[in-house]
This record gives sequence, structure tokens and C-alpha cells, in this order.
Amino acid sequence: MIPEIGLFALVLALLVAVVQAVLPLVGAHCGVAPWMRVARPAALLQCALCLLAFGVLAACFLRGDFSVLYVAANSHSTLPAIYRFTAVWGGHEGSMLLWQTLLSAWGAAVALLSGRLPRDYVARVLAVLGALSIGMLVFLLWLSNPFARLSPAAPEGRDLNPLLQDPGMVAHPPFLYMGYVGFSVAFAFGLAALLSGRLDAAWARWSRPWTLAAWSFLTLGILLGSAWAYGVLGWGGWWFWDPVENASLMPWLVGTALIHSLVVTDRRGAFRSWTVLLAIAAFSLSLLGTFLVRSGVLTSVHAFAVDPGRGLYILSMMIAVVGGSLLLFAWRAPQVGLGGRFAALSRETLLLLNNVLLGVAALAVLLGTLYPLALDLLRGEKISVGPPYFEAVFMPMLVPALVLMGVGPLARWKRAPVPELRRQLRGALLASGACALALLALTGGRLSGWTPLAGFGVVLAAWCIGSALSHAHDRLRTAGESGLGRRARRQPAGWWGMLAAHAGLGVFVLGATLATGFEHRQEAALAVGEAVVLDGVRFQFESLDPVAGPNHDSVRATFRAGAATLHPEKRVFRADGTALSQPAIDVGWRRDLFVVLADPVGDGRWHVRLHVKPFMAWIWAGVALMTIGGLLAMADRRLRMPRHERDPVSSHPAAPGRARSPGAAPTGVALPGGPALTREETA
Amino acid sequence: MRYLLPLLLFLGLALMLALGLERDPRALPSALLDRPVPVFERPVLEDPGQQLGSAALRGQPWMLNVWASWCEPCRQELPALRQLSARDGVPLYGLNYKDRDDAARALLGAVGNPYRASAIDADGRVGLDFGVQGVPETFVIDARGRVRYRHQGPVTAEVWRDKLLPALKAAR
Repeated sequence: MIPEIGLFALVLALLVAVVQAVLPLVGAHCGVAPWMRVARPAALLQCALCLLAFGVLAACFLRGDFSVLYVAANSHSTLPAIYRFTAVWGGHEGSMLLWQTLLSAWGAAVALLSGRLPRDYVARVLAVLGALSIGMLVFLLWLSNPFARLSPAAPEGRDLNPLLQDPGMVAHPPFLYMGYVGFSVAFAFGLAALLSGRLDAAWARWSRPWTLAAWSFLTLGILLGSAWAYGVLGWGGWWFWDPVENASLMPWLVGTALIHSLVVTDRRGAFRSWTVLLAIAAFSLSLLGTFLVRSGVLTSVHAFAVDPGRGLYILSMMIAVVGGSLLLFAWRAPQVGLGGRFAALSRETLLLLNNVLLGVAALAVLLGTLYPLALDLLRGEKISVGPPYFEAVFMPMLVPALVLMGVGPLARWKRAPVPELRRQLRGALLASGACALALLALTGGRLSGWTPLAGFGVVLAAWCIGSALSHAHDRLRTAGESGLGRRARRQPAGWWGMLAAHAGLGVFVLGATLATGFEHRQEAALAVGEAVVLDGVRFQFESLDPVAGPNHDSVRATFRAGAATLHPEKRVFRADGTALSQPAIDVGWRRDLFVVLADPVGDGRWHVRLHVKPFMAWIWAGVALMTIGGLLAMADRRLRMPRHERDPVSSHPAAPGRARSPGAAPTGVALPGGPALTREETA
Repeated sequence: MRYLLPLLLFLGLALMLALGLERDPRALPSALLDRPVPVFERPVLEDPGQQLGSAALRGQPWMLNVWASWCEPCRQELPALRQLSARDGVPLYGLNYKDRDDAARALLGAVGNPYRASAIDADGRVGLDFGVQGVPETFVIDARGRVRYRHQGPVTAEVWRDKLLPALKAAR
């Protein structure tokens, strides 16, 4: 009986979504306040129903109800409980249910936290989110029903793909989807602004915290996915330019451009149509990512679900959503004014340049991802575009973007006086020089075989970190109050977030340069008792033991390498006999040791792959720092203050009355879009 | 007009994706398409005293299925192949690719033999000449000894009905 409750909840959610999409939109257009008021409760109810459906599916997995087709296909009675829960999103239907549940959760969050926004605006935002929910719910009920029954019930499940039975997979999909789906909020905010015809700076202000939240989740999601690939696939790499990875990188690049462009629109009123176009593009690329992974248009190492019928639906939905919004854009955007003017040398120009670079980089990735498909259509040739293409086109975009990233925060809005900028740049260059020397001292002693490229990477990383430090020093020195701690506390969270994210990118570049450029690897056929010396590390093969896991039997090796002990395993899963090599990794801040037990090669010897990867952990640390930066910026109180108080010279008309003072900003609300915006128009 | 540009770009992309949906990413064209089948002459798995070769099969259209006992999809497609080739009277030959003879014979004994004969390709040289990328693969060869179609992956009833059989009929 229980699975039908979930199905019923989805049907109800669809009905609620229809109400949420239609009534508030019509109400906002015709000025019917009661209809607009429907939006909030509808969004909350839709979220509750989706959560119920998700909970029911999770319960089916935890109880091992093999009368549900999806459960039987993705679970097994011996699967540990934690993986039985994560198996909920281990296949197509559950992934889509997760997608929809998160979409409704974002909608509910908007409904709860946007109390101070104009009612007609919120009504339009929630209506757009409701319309997206309709698309997903119809897809779930029609083509991807996770609650479909299997009659008679299967005696045993087919088990979760062993590759997905990993702690990394517990968290990666929810965070990645949080990011993907989170861009729907920025999309809805932009679309609502277009629909209302008031594409001014206000919508940019309102959507900034939401966009930063989505961006942070996406960054973390990509980090977790990459770490999973590194720790489980056993190839020793961490980024493969695989279509599925590219599908997450494209929205990230455009989302990065968007969070910067939103700052300009918010602060200076400029780039209005460009910013709304980026908001549409970021969510469109999220949809495209879903389409590419779920349709089977591209073959990929980890396209786990492939079905052309579903692909056709997602494509149709994408055409409706993206085509419709671009049509609206083409109709409304020409009426938008230009906003604040700025000189050729100003922060606006630098941010615009960075926007263009990020956009072109995203296009280059898109081109590389879809080129095989295009060539197949035009000439019937099958090719695959590999890392050499992406490295050749991506790096030339990344390098100037990183250089500009160091300059941007130094330049003033509107017009950057050359002497001042020159003085600040000199400071930044000095700091980066010192930073480069420090990094070399930290790394140089142990690393041999420097190439120009590796040196360049280190210099670039030093520039990212050094310019951030120099900027921090400048700002804190001139803040005008006594006491460094006091001045530091006076700086807005958004500024700290920017510093953390920019320095984090530098740390990432350093890690990526050193881990790729100075990796040592060796394949060996080893017997117990033998040892290999690689990059000065002696890997001693000490023993080999059979170990029984909860749902697999494995052979576990023990390697001693210096102070570290590593246990790579060769697992055979009982449910379907799949064999999997589970690498062992010793993570250190100066190097990772990585051992894979591949296959037995006869007479007691095993084929073993060993890697020493210097500064690998810095890749993760850098991306984690960027995530923290995004979260800090999201928590910035300024984003929840009435506009005229903070920025009296804005191009936006000051809001009347009822404004709160900064000190009275809402307490305990660290979530996006907090309720401290003035009521500008109340219908 | 410039505000319409994003929409036009997107519609072009959507059209491409829509066309892409029609394509099967697994349908690999063969470099051998419409070229003569590679010459081979190998012992027969079922009776190693005999030889099976490309020359002897000239004069009639035939199918070659590349398989191995270590390949799970091959094991799964064997019953379907046996049924379909018997039903339609198709001359189906096998190429036992990089396999152990005893394991291959044991498998055929257990699930039934769909092939008129299987050539032993233990070192994979014949497979290499055919450009085999991964087993199972199935080739359709016409009466003049030219490769007319190549299918990669297990043969299902749909593949048989929609792809292989029409290719074989066209090859007469």
C-alpha cells in the first residue's frame, strides 16, 4: 500500500503546481490580490507533498520492498542501510524525484524568506517555479514513475551499481542537484522581472543571495563528484572532461559570470539585459546537463540511465522553458535602459571582460561536448573530443580570467584613476612575488622536473593568492578605525567571501598544477614481501588477506609506505559478481599516496598501480575555500537591507518608508533573501 | 534583432539535439563497410580438425557473430540468437574471440549452439582484422564477401528484426 501514497502525493503535487503556476500569474497580471496570495501556501504545500513522496520512496528502499520496480532494480537485501538510502537517487527515476523535491524545496524557501518583496513580484517568481514543477512532475508521473509496481514482487533486488556504493556518492548528487536546481530561483527572479516589465536593479539585489547559494552548492557538488571519481574510479585522475562532468562545469562557469554580473546590476544598475540573459543561461545549462545525462545523446563513462523517450520529453521541456524565456527576453529586453555609465577603465569594464571570458569558456566546453554529436549528424563520423581539446581551449580563457580576477577588486566603480590603480597593482605584484617565493620554498625542495608550464601555473596561483592578500591589506589599513580586529570585523561578509573565493581559486590552481605536473606513477607486478620505490617513497607489499564485507568478498592488501599504511582492495560483489578495485589513498598536505590492486597475474603476483601525487589535497582545499567564500557572500547583511539606505546614489528610486536600520537586520536569519526589503509596490 | 540572437542560437542547438536523439550512439560505422571481409582460415571450435574460412562462405549472404564465454552480454544473447537464426534460417557463424576452447564449448553445451560453426580466434588476430572494439559484435556479409552491416552490443529481437534481417535481405 505504501508506494501508492507516494504516487498519490505526486499527483496532488502536480495539481497544486498547476494552481501555483496559473493563479498567481494571472493575479499579478490583472492585479487580483487574493489570487496572488495563493502562491505562498501553494509552494509550501507542493514542497510538503514532494517531501512525502520522497520519504515514501526512501521508506520503500529502507524496508527493501522489492514489489517496487525501481527498488528491485537498485537495491539488494544485503546492501548496507546507508547505501539503501542513497540508492534512492542511484537510478533515473529517483534522481528525477530528487530533482523535483529540491525544486519544490527552493520554491518553499522563496515563499518563506521573501516576505518583504513586492507581492506581485513574489507571485510571479513562485508561478515560474510552479510551471517548472509541472514539467518535472508530468515527467515523473508519465515517463519515470519511481513507484511503479513489479508483479509478482522480485525475490531479490538487482543491487545498486557497486561504483555508487561509496561515501562520496552519499552527498555528491544532492549537492550537485541543489546547485543545478538552485539556479532555477535566479531564473525565476529574472523571468519575473521580465514579465513585470520592471527589469531594474532591484531584481538583481533580490536574487543575489539565492544565486550565491546555488553557486556554492554547485561548487561543493562538483568538488564531491570529482573527489568521488578520484577515490573510486581508480584511474588516479580527478577531472576527465567527460560529458557528464562538462554538464556540471558549464552551469558553474555561467553561474560564476552571473554572480559577478549581478553585483554590477545591483550596485551600478548596468548590464541589466546581460545579467538576465546569464540567469536564463545558467538554468538552461542545468537543464541541458540533465538532458545530456538522461537522454543518451552522448555516450559517457557514467551515463547510468539512457532512454530516448525520456530524452525527447526533457528536450521538449527544455525547448519550452528556454525557448519561452528567450522569447520573453527578446520581447522585453529592448525596453530596458542602459543603467549606470562607466569609464573604459573601471571595475565595471573588468567585470564585463571577465564575464565574457567565462562565457566564452562555457561556450568552448559546450562546443567540445556537442561537437561529436554534430559531426555524427553531418558526416556520420564517430569521434570523441578528449582532454587535449579542452586543455587547449580552456586554459587560454582561464589564464586572462585569473589575471583580471586579481585586478578587478582593486579598481573603483565607475572610473578607476590610473595612478591609484598603478599603486595598488604594484602592491599586488609585490605580494604575489613574495607569495610565489613562499610557495616555491614550500614545494621546490622536493619537486624535480620543472617545466615552463608548471612554473607558470605556480606564478598564476601566486598572483591569485597574493593579489587577494594585498587587497585585504590595503583595505584593512585604510579602514579608518583603530585596531585591526575591529577593522576586520567592520568589513562586510561579502568582501570576505570574495577574498576567500579568489584565494581559493589560487590554491586550486596550485594544487592542479603540482598534482598534474609532478605526478609519479608506476605499474608493477608484485608479490607479498616485495617493495617498489617511487619518488623516494618505498611501498612495501606486506600482506594479502581475504575479507568479507557486508555485500561483497574482497582481497585486501596491506602496503606500508613510510608512516602510512594503505589497504587497497579487490572487491567482488555477491549480487552480480561485479569485480571492483577499491584504491587506497593516504591523503597528506604535501602529497597523496595512491595504490590500486588491479588483478592477479599468476604465481602469487598482483598487478599493482602506484601513484605519488604532490599537493593533491590542495585541489579540494581550494574548491572548499571557494564554497566557503560563496556562503560568506550569501550571508552578507547588505543583501537584506533596503536599497536606498546602503546606496543613496543608486539609480533606483529610494523606497518609501518602513525601512529598517542596518542594526535592526533580522536576527538569526542566515538564509538567502531575508525579509528586510522594503515593500515597494503592494498591489 | 540582437535580442533575438540568443533564441535563434538556442533553437539551432535544440534542433541538433532533437536530431541527435534519433541516433544510436552505440551504432558504430565499420571501417569495413562495403569492403571485402578480411580473409581468415581458422579451426572450428566444435570440431578442431575442420577449418572455417572466409573463402568457403562466398556465394551466400551470412552473419558473423563475435563472441566469448567471458563476456556476460554474449552469454545473454546466445539463446536469442539460437531462436532467431533457427526461425529465419539465417546462416549464422561465430568467431570465438580471445577465449579458452574448453570454456567456450562448455558454454555452448549448456545453453545451446546458435552457430553453424564457430571459428577459433584465441589470439584475437581475426577480430583485429575486423576492427572489433568490444564483444559481442555482429557483421552482415553479402554473397560477394563484402561487409554490409555492423552491430555492436547484444542482439535483441528488435535489433534482429529492424537492423540485421533487413541488411541480410538487402545483401542477397
